[in-house]
Amino acid sequence: MSAPSGTFQERVDKALGNAQLKVALERTTGNARRKRAAAVEAWPDFVAARAAAAAIKDHSIAHMAYYLEMFERNALASGAQVHWARDPDEACKIVVDICKAANARTVTRSKSMLGEEIGLPHALAGAGIRRVETDLAEHIIQLAGETPSHIIWPAAHRTREDVAKLFDEHHREKPTAHDVVSMVGSARKELREDFFAADVGISGANFLCADTGAICTITNEGNAELTTTPPRVHIVTAGIEKIVASTEHALQLTRLLVRSATGADLTQYTTFHCGPKRPGDLDGPDQFHIVLVDHGRTEMLTEMPEMLRCLRCGACLNHCVVYRAIGGHAYGGAYPGPMGSVLTPVFDGLEQTRDLPNACTLNGQCRQVCPVDIPLPTMLRHWREQSWRAGYEPKTLRAAIRLWAFFAARPRLYQLAQAVALPAMRLFAKGGWISSLPLASGWTAARDLPKPPGESFLTSIRKGGTP
Amino acid sequence: MPERGNAPNSPRVGLFVTCLVDSMRPNVGFAAVALLKSAGCKVEIPLAQTCCGQPAFNSGADEATKPIARQVIETFEPFDYLVAPSGSCAGMIKAHYPELFADDPIWLDRAKRLAAKTHELLSFLVDVRGFRPQNVACKASATYHDSCSGLRELGVKAQPRALLSSVKGLELRPLEGDETCCGFGGTFCVKYSDISNAIVGEKAQNVVATGADLLLGGDLGCLMNMAGKLSREGAKTRVFHTAEILAGMSAYAIGEESTGAAGKEAK
Repeated sequence: MSAPSGTFQERVDKALGNAQLKVALERTTGNARRKRAAAVEAWPDFVAARAAAAAIKDHSIAHMAYYLEMFERNALASGAQVHWARDPDEACKIVVDICKAANARTVTRSKSMLGEEIGLPHALAGAGIRRVETDLAEHIIQLAGETPSHIIWPAAHRTREDVAKLFDEHHREKPTAHDVVSMVGSARKELREDFFAADVGISGANFLCADTGAICTITNEGNAELTTTPPRVHIVTAGIEKIVASTEHALQLTRLLVRSATGADLTQYTTFHCGPKRPGDLDGPDQFHIVLVDHGRTEMLTEMPEMLRCLRCGACLNHCVVYRAIGGHAYGGAYPGPMGSVLTPVFDGLEQTRDLPNACTLNGQCRQVCPVDIPLPTMLRHWREQSWRAGYEPKTLRAAIRLWAFFAARPRLYQLAQAVALPAMRLFAKGGWISSLPLASGWTAARDLPKPPGESFLTSIRKGGTP
Repeated sequence: MPERGNAPNSPRVGLFVTCLVDSMRPNVGFAAVALLKSAGCKVEIPLAQTCCGQPAFNSGADEATKPIARQVIETFEPFDYLVAPSGSCAGMIKAHYPELFADDPIWLDRAKRLAAKTHELLSFLVDVRGFRPQNVACKASATYHDSCSGLRELGVKAQPRALLSSVKGLELRPLEGDETCCGFGGTFCVKYSDISNAIVGEKAQNVVATGADLLLGGDLGCLMNMAGKLSREGAKTRVFHTAEILAGMSAYAIGEESTGAAGKEAK
């Protein structure tokens, strides 16, 4: 699988040049926006529930160490094994070692963004372990040799027509027709054998319940259950911010998460996995491992605790005008969209990723639709401030902003400069519009600029006296 | 329009005209003055004003923003209200100046006091002054774009529609995605011109699809972005700031040979 490469601008150019991408993104995100709006409309207590959800997350974040230790005690008591990983390398090594100890040749995996974050697919490939993605969209991505472009719909960048071609090419039993039912049927047969032949199943977790030591998965396809139940070993990889105090909290958050993600009241499957198979159980894994991953999250506790509220619902992606224009791969990290633009600098470093928080209009719709009210625009602006301070912003931009700010803080000078600039700009106008202007190609490349007046408002006021 | 601004109990309003209106469309400033006077305010226009500082603030240049913000605070402190014909600039002063001075107790206090009396023009007219335009007519169909900062930082949504409902002959048509960003984003639109272009291209399509004669809004940055794209695409939609319609000062749309400030090109 190949991760997106090149500079941000190169990835953007590629995305904007792909007309099919816009079609695919609009189908998926448009549908999601409409369904979410209907779900919120149908829930009179949504505003109160949203505030409560944020408070639930804030509580577990404020007492994270306490609840993680409680989770560990209860998970151990249920027979699970708990592993702690500081960074992606440690996390991947723990997973690979468990797989090797189990003599695993094939592992099945149900969709987990944390797995993408820590590079688990690469680590498994590096260890020579065959990985089978069982989420339908992840299966598509695996066939295409790509990475996910959306945190809920990994194949959001591909149209159904595209997928049909992939299935025709790769599936042993091709779809009999290119409708949804036939295509899903073909994927089901393709994956079925692997579900039962896998040695290890790897899942993520939507919640870690401190009160029981159970982990909760929320899915629609049933693949998480088939990934975690038949194999001898079940490995959970989860970020430590998934901790909640109780099952009740997990369920309250689920109401917000699912509606915000897909507009449904509930997903098809909400499963609590607690410990390995017990005596008398008909099925379940012999070993149940939980790998808890930090990867910058403890620093976020002081730097940006609100971001740890994130439920990974994808609503901010679906409503983001930038995401809708360029898709997920252009962002270059595991997480795209507004939440990704906040998180990727944490994981990959700000200097390499400074474009992400900058490529945003700060329109605030992401915060408006966030089920836990994360102040995403404030956090994105905060990154810009840090990037400015660190000197990562381009020299020309820094010079331009400083020059402009010098004049803007000195009204008399500003107005003198303006009295020169406005008539000069007028020389470039044809009719009422300027279609090309030196030093303003960023504007005129995309749109016309109205011809400015001969003199400014304040000049007119000064000449004519105060009104 | 009757002027009621000289009664002894008239509030003193300092008009923060905004840098874009000042440089690019003085007519919006004159319309704002006329509306505020009609709404019974005593309007003053301090000459020592330039910009609210957003281009620097949103680039992360907080230290460069502070002198600009201090100047706005000092200039407008004496007034009963600061009113700006822009949700974005009013939002900067109201929501972000206190953030900017979070670590400076003296300026934080002054920023908060100014924030408390800062208003976007259209919401000020309705919410504070209970104003409705009288005897204003505009025989046209129009559609409305809700600019993001005004909408989400200041709750400007119903007020412009309430005001426009008093304009005789004006038919307001719903706009698909009226709460979706137009892709302006201040410096964003030049830093990431191609992404901005894709966003405003979709906005322009939605505007044209309404078939409305006019596109209205409350922020000149967004309006110039959309008007510029509509012009580039050859669309006939005429674009105005809502204040211009409400004040009956809508002879020339954005990009039509304007009267300029001094009326030199008036036909």
